[in-house]
Amino acid sequence: MTRRLALVLAVVLSLAGCAAPTSAPQKLILATTTSTADSGLLDFLLPDFEAKYNCDVQIIAVGTGQALAIGAKGDADVVLVHDPDKEAAFVASGDGVNRQHVMYNDFILVGPVSDPAGVRGSATAAEAFARIAQAKAPFASRGDGSGTETKEKAIWQAAGIVPDPRSGWYFSLGQGMGDTLLFASEKGAYTLADRGTYLSMRDKLSLAILLGGDTLDQNPDPALRNPYGVVAVNPAKHPNVRYDLAMKFIEWLTSVETQQRILQFTVGGQPLFYPDSAAWKAR
Amino acid sequence: MLCGESKRRRCAINEIWEGLKQAALLLWHLDPEVMHIVGVSLRVSGTALLFSAAIGIPLGAWLGFSRFVGRRLVVALLYTGMGFPPVVVGLFVYLLLSQSGPLGSLNVAWVPRLFTVGAMVVAQVIISFPLVAGFTMAAVKGVDPSLRQQLISLGATEWQATLAVLREARFGVIVSVIAGFGSIISEVGAVMLVGGNIEGSTRVLTTAIVLETRRGNFSLAIALALILLLLSFLSNILMLRLQGKTA
Repeated sequence: MTRRLALVLAVVLSLAGCAAPTSAPQKLILATTTSTADSGLLDFLLPDFEAKYNCDVQIIAVGTGQALAIGAKGDADVVLVHDPDKEAAFVASGDGVNRQHVMYNDFILVGPVSDPAGVRGSATAAEAFARIAQAKAPFASRGDGSGTETKEKAIWQAAGIVPDPRSGWYFSLGQGMGDTLLFASEKGAYTLADRGTYLSMRDKLSLAILLGGDTLDQNPDPALRNPYGVVAVNPAKHPNVRYDLAMKFIEWLTSVETQQRILQFTVGGQPLFYPDSAAWKAR
Repeated sequence: MLCGESKRRRCAINEIWEGLKQAALLLWHLDPEVMHIVGVSLRVSGTALLFSAAIGIPLGAWLGFSRFVGRRLVVALLYTGMGFPPVVVGLFVYLLLSQSGPLGSLNVAWVPRLFTVGAMVVAQVIISFPLVAGFTMAAVKGVDPSLRQQLISLGATEWQATLAVLREARFGVIVSVIAGFGSIISEVGAVMLVGGNIEGSTRVLTTAIVLETRRGNFSLAIALALILLLLSFLSNILMLRLQGKTA
């Protein structure tokens, strides 16, 4: 019996032994949105950066609000998000420095092919939202403080409507983009989505693009543009962040070469993100 | 493939069937990514279990033997700990270990940083040690109390008598450790919060299942779920075998 106990102990100990860290390269913690991670863009871009600077970029994929909150507590080194107002506030509070434009894509309104609220052919998102509210057709909101939710809220405001989560047709989920799309698909609901995540999941959804066209160029509503920015966490406020590596990351992400690679990342022949850095525009 | 409204049920069945097939393939080929996730799960929960056994078994034995003022309060706290929502543990550990938190801001080597396996181990120890202690206490109390008195009257030291009682209660003690393992290997909320679900680093079976479901990769999610089920099945088999040998 003693031998058996010793065996159990040995197994547990060996498991513990394996837990010792083995990685030598420096770590960089990137807090970002589910759209950049779930679409596969970061998997496509990052190996180049990791090889160049012998580092390991660790991605925390959450909503924009949570990504900025992680940065504001000094628990990430750099954030890549899509909410210009919140990014500006993040810099103004002293939590972030060196904010740069990175890229953009656009939001689209998706919903059931049968389009019960008749939003097809709307000129603007606000008009389409008004029709959804009028028809009390089911609408799924991210509800997680993400950049997408901020955009959605702005559109409801432009339409002069305050959607009520207790009304029975407006669902505030508190979930990521993928979850929300799956929910909308199951429930036959409308939702506002970033084009990238929608395209990468299109085959798994019974949802059609009802406003926004087949490509970004065909999107009729300029209000649906979705700009991404990168911000380093301020070392003056959070002394433990890896600021030097974060700055190298920002420089690399906005460089003409990486921007070119962003354009090369396509799904079904069309880019999911379009380069937008100062260096790219000045090339 | 687009699931039409009328074909949805058929699609769901296909999804499960595809998941089972893919699970078999992933296991058969020992897919490196899946094996890595399984490895991280076992390492994190194994390490946590080691710590919670080191804390929980002595604590449980002590509570089982001793009589002191306030013992009832300690036991009540322990029972509360056994039913404590893991996600709340995750929240507290998150706030403690954050760079802006009371422990994280110390910036010393023995405090693991947020979004590391160390942080996940801390959360899992807090979740599992009350279970280990509670089950150990019950097992120790199940041993005939006269054994301990007899041993001491025969000249055994306090320490020797305690070890003898623990040996007598060994099955219950092992069950306590396996119960602790079951509670943490299948836990998702706390490890998601404090680990951050980082690919290749802090991604474990449960958080990977959440992520793949979120991405709509149901086949992979089912495959991972089957592996998780297999692991808890194996730990139960181990428990039953030990029971057979010792009973």
